[in-house]
Amino acid sequence: MAFTFAAFCYMLSLVLCAALIFFVIWQVIAFDELRTDFKNPIDQGNPTRAVRRDRASLCVRVCMRISVCLVVPEYSIHGLFCLMFMCALEWVTLGLNIPLLFYHLWRYFHRPADGSEVMYDPVSMMDADILNYCQKESWCKLGFYLLSFFYYLYSMVYTLVSY
Amino acid sequence: MSVPGFNPSPAAGFTRHPTPIGGAAPLCQNGAVQTYPSMHSQAGYGATHPHYNSAPGHYAQMPSKAPPVNNQYGMNYYHNNYQQPVQTTARPGMAPVFRAPQVHSSRPPVSSQAMGPTSNVSMSSASPLHTGPPQPGAYPASAGYYGSSMPLVAPDGTSAQGFPPHSALATVPSAANSAYPIVSYPSAPGSSQYGTLPSSQTSAAGHNLVGAGPIPSSVSTAPQAPLQQVPLGHSVTSSWPSSAAVSAPPSYSGSLPGTVAAVNSQANTVLPSAANRLDQSCQPPWMFGAVHPTAGSPAPGRLATATPTPPVSASLAQHEGADSSSTTSSASPVPSNYEALEGGSYPDTSSKLPPGPPVSQASKAAKPFGCGYPSLQPAYQQTSALSSYSTNSQSSNPSNPPGYQQDSQPYPTMNQLSAALGGLSLPAQQLEALRPVNLMQDRNILPSTEVQAPVPNLSTDLKKANCRSDSFRCTLTNIPQTQALLNKAKLPLGLLLHPFRDLTQLPVITSNTIVRCRSCRTYINPFVSFLDQRRWKCNLCYRVNDVPEEFMYNPLTRSYGEPHKRPEVQNSTVEFIASSDYMLRPPQPAVYLFVLDVSHNAVEAGYLNVLCQSLLENLDKLPGDTRTRVGFITFDSTIHFYNLQEGLSQPQMLVVSDIDDVFLPTPDSLLVNLKESKELVKDLLNALPSMFTNTRETHSALGPALQAAFKLMSSTGGRVSVFQTQLPSLGAGLLHSREDPNQRSSTKVVQHLGPATDFYKKLALDCSGQQIAVDLFLLSSQYSDLASLACVSKYSAGSIFYYPSFHHVHNPAQAETFQKDLRRYFTRKIGFEAVMRIRCTKGLSIHTFHGNFFVRSTDLLSLANVNPDSRFAVQMSIDESLTDTALVCFQAALLYTSSKGKRRIRVHTLCLPVVSQLNDVFAGADVQAITCLLANMAVDRAISSNLTDSQDAVVNAVVDSLSAYRSTTSSFQQSGVIAPYSLRLFPLYVLALLKQKALRTGTSTRLDDRVFAMCEFKCQPLQQIMRMIHPNLYRIDNLTDEGALHVNDSIVPQPPILQLSAERLTREGAFLMDCGSVLYLWVGKSCDVTFISDVLGYPNHASIQQNITQIPELETPSSERTRSFITWLQENRSFNPVLYIVKDDTSAKTNFFQLLIEDRTEAALSYYEFLLHIQQQISK
Repeated sequence: MAFTFAAFCYMLSLVLCAALIFFVIWQVIAFDELRTDFKNPIDQGNPTRAVRRDRASLCVRVCMRISVCLVVPEYSIHGLFCLMFMCALEWVTLGLNIPLLFYHLWRYFHRPADGSEVMYDPVSMMDADILNYCQKESWCKLGFYLLSFFYYLYSMVYTLVSY
Repeated sequence: MSVPGFNPSPAAGFTRHPTPIGGAAPLCQNGAVQTYPSMHSQAGYGATHPHYNSAPGHYAQMPSKAPPVNNQYGMNYYHNNYQQPVQTTARPGMAPVFRAPQVHSSRPPVSSQAMGPTSNVSMSSASPLHTGPPQPGAYPASAGYYGSSMPLVAPDGTSAQGFPPHSALATVPSAANSAYPIVSYPSAPGSSQYGTLPSSQTSAAGHNLVGAGPIPSSVSTAPQAPLQQVPLGHSVTSSWPSSAAVSAPPSYSGSLPGTVAAVNSQANTVLPSAANRLDQSCQPPWMFGAVHPTAGSPAPGRLATATPTPPVSASLAQHEGADSSSTTSSASPVPSNYEALEGGSYPDTSSKLPPGPPVSQASKAAKPFGCGYPSLQPAYQQTSALSSYSTNSQSSNPSNPPGYQQDSQPYPTMNQLSAALGGLSLPAQQLEALRPVNLMQDRNILPSTEVQAPVPNLSTDLKKANCRSDSFRCTLTNIPQTQALLNKAKLPLGLLLHPFRDLTQLPVITSNTIVRCRSCRTYINPFVSFLDQRRWKCNLCYRVNDVPEEFMYNPLTRSYGEPHKRPEVQNSTVEFIASSDYMLRPPQPAVYLFVLDVSHNAVEAGYLNVLCQSLLENLDKLPGDTRTRVGFITFDSTIHFYNLQEGLSQPQMLVVSDIDDVFLPTPDSLLVNLKESKELVKDLLNALPSMFTNTRETHSALGPALQAAFKLMSSTGGRVSVFQTQLPSLGAGLLHSREDPNQRSSTKVVQHLGPATDFYKKLALDCSGQQIAVDLFLLSSQYSDLASLACVSKYSAGSIFYYPSFHHVHNPAQAETFQKDLRRYFTRKIGFEAVMRIRCTKGLSIHTFHGNFFVRSTDLLSLANVNPDSRFAVQMSIDESLTDTALVCFQAALLYTSSKGKRRIRVHTLCLPVVSQLNDVFAGADVQAITCLLANMAVDRAISSNLTDSQDAVVNAVVDSLSAYRSTTSSFQQSGVIAPYSLRLFPLYVLALLKQKALRTGTSTRLDDRVFAMCEFKCQPLQQIMRMIHPNLYRIDNLTDEGALHVNDSIVPQPPILQLSAERLTREGAFLMDCGSVLYLWVGKSCDVTFISDVLGYPNHASIQQNITQIPELETPSSERTRSFITWLQENRSFNPVLYIVKDDTSAKTNFFQLLIEDRTEAALSYYEFLLHIQQQISK
């Protein structure tokens, strides 16, 4: 039973991983909102409702919100994980996270418009392909973070116990 | 008042409340000069300075007048305008001198009043005038307008907007209503073409004044076309070329044998004509020749006998119409000619001749309709007039006497559906489309006339009701049943929409309840099925809906219980006048803002002159009503606003030099009511070109100017027209040159097709949110990074115009193009704050959109402005198998605010059959639509990936689809490239696509040209794109009258279209190439001298001038023929193409020969080589 740096890393990542899961769930909801919002006959009895709702910039807002509030923190937190595990010499965990790290880097450097800080481009967001892709991506990430949450839990206990 | 932070703000020096701030600024009566750093105005452009100096008495009034002004405006000012408190004395001395160097800015009070802050003086001197009208704000008329427009009374509205004759025709005397039991449907505001029938009938029935006269008379207006010398005026096409010409309905008129007969029957007013009608409708549609002789030739005679007094009925209606302002709502066909209703811009022409439009329409219809059928008889013109009229009367069929109706089935739509279900066997036409063609052997696959859109394989009734192919077109007219089948066919499935086209015939429906499906919100359309009288089944989601009470009444027949005869159910393109339910806010007025580059470069190019002249000419024709507002902003390294407030003696220029944080110097007098301030606007337009002649400012602050425009417009929305002549070099959104001229002809990766900054995109999104569209005119001789600039129009639903190397003297052809384009641009119809939703049958879904807009939801496009020249495309995918349905429908609904401040919904519905066999999919392929969609996809691919990728993808599209076809016909193995007849032009078009500026590599192409070509692909109408991709080549030195068209009074020869290959050219001939936006006339070296002298007016080939842009008017028959042909080509589209004369031995011929796409160029394959390449790929 020893409280090593590795154990600390796992504890911290456990907390942060919960935050990541939260972020990703938020993303999933946001994409879903984008996709289904207008398909729903909003108020069936009242034709005016569908028109009256001022959603002019819904897509823009959602994209901005996701990009700025969710994606950037998510990427940086995940980067922090990798850094921590590297410092803690937890190579296996690092190895598990490296693919996602590279994926994130790739995403970040292939942003839609040059010089834009917006990860999800509002103008092409509604293309079915891109929306599908984004949705799938966030579901996959959700799975990954959930698994890694339990993995971190296990590893934390393991490191705490083993030394 | 003199709060420290606030005091030195612009308000201090600037405005109309000098007193409070005067406390802080001791010297002057009306404002502190020196505390007004960042902005000053130049009252009346320098020349007027003496005026201010010499009128001290005027200024002396200030103190006394100022206080009331202050009372009125003070609050506004402090709250709204001056978010600029930081502008302290940063540049105190500089401001006054800035644009008024000759000024005496160092002099004591008097001069400082007059000068430095000429702004102060001018503004404040203006203010006494404002004290008169208590609120000369920006919305003087609007409040009243909104109030009155709320009821949305069709006839009332039209007449209120200064269109008496039309509305008079339209409004039927309310007395007539008494003849009919249901009082709540008082009148049928029908007008000229579409509605004359019902309205004149009403008057006949209600008053017995004209007896039975009006009916035949109104019918006869159309057939009179050939006789009447076409008095129309309304669509004489000089001022509004396209409205009639482009949109004359060929397929309608062609495919309506039944209604042709219907007109007959009406004209005869003989009942048993139903039999006649049945005969007619048995004939195959689209056999133009077959229909007309029978239907048409007897008709003119009979109709001619029935031509009594259209004026009588008209004037009668007009007289009565004056009383009948009380019509509230009725589902009724209102003037089908949209321009008639919209047409405040042509009050003079169209109001003269109420019966004119139908005539023009009828005669115009002949053009595109007959263009492919050279062997038409002389009687053709009359018959076509008839048949096109019959389109109008289509929904007036029900107005036949009751006997006729008993013959017809009670629920025709049901029958139509079942007929369609039963009759899905392939007709001859489709078998023909499947005939295999060996492209390697058949060289002459190009038809000698323009390629027509294939007709969906539907029952006659459905075909008749289906949407016109130039409004709504699908790449596959037979929809595959499953995605798997679609994948097998390897053809793209998509729609091409041209929703806001200029239409000559459009049923407009005013109704309390717009009938829509309760579940999917689909508008009722001709393809729904009526289960019984009270219920209908949606054709998109299959929900069963109730028919509302109001819908049971048919205003055309004035009969009850015939919902399937309503115009909504008879026409696949209808327009509804929407109620306030469809408004988020009161309909906005038409607002036009012009943002003009006045830097040295712009002045040098000299576009201002052309622009101002053109705007002056068209000022009265700008679409709009009494609320129309205009504004002007000019910019170089600073931004200049123009105060045009009514009551000023001269326009005032206000200069904002702080481009990092742009603000509006005065909020409510920059966008002014055009009607009230027309004189000032004219003054400004007259003065503008000369104001900046000596400027030495070379910078261009486009970004800040756009931000200012956004601020100015954001409260209302509207249209911003930006004229830019160089790379923006200052402030936000500045760009750097990215083009390397040495890479222009590189075969490697072409870079910089995407935007360099997202500033313009973000701005466009902001604009789109505030219903502002930005139209970009780029008149640049150098690289201006159109790839970045275009974003501002792309995402705000604007349009992009590009005039490379524009110069008013050195490039007259370009200047002429610019001028013509401007004329069309200013006068064309416009819809504001629009959204378009595309719905499709359950199982299909929209995949990707192409065009200029912002996609707001998976099926909703946000269009700040919609114009009649923009086209949209969508790619579809098949989510669920369509096995349980035989028909699919697509519906595009465009909700917009017309320039008259009416909320309108234009609905197009297209119905297509579903097939389960691969062969049938190929049989229904529409090669032009496929090419067009492919071009859009290729552009996307080129931007997101790279050019080589997209070229490969395009070639693969051909290879894949042809090998898919080959697999279906695997029974015989034949060498060569086998294509179904329907796709025989596909390889040719794709090769042509690869040789376009947008996609070509290896040939020197300027980056801006390339990007502009891409933008055109994304938003030009299909016909235009096809002419760009594959121009039409005609030989015109031996034009004959054989097979000529008769349009109006002129005879238009129809030479055959030649293949685009140099082998078709001879030195002895003269050839005309029609590339959509340009016409090239190539004159061979040894061309017949008589042609050169008779047509071109030169003695011999050597003396032909290069820079003439039109054929001289000579009195020789060959000249007349040539001119009428060229004019016909030019008038057939919205933007007039400019004619270039290409001689055999000049550099201009490079352009010409590059367009001969079947030939080999140094960088690209010839057609034969391309086929070999395809063959190789297929057999791999």
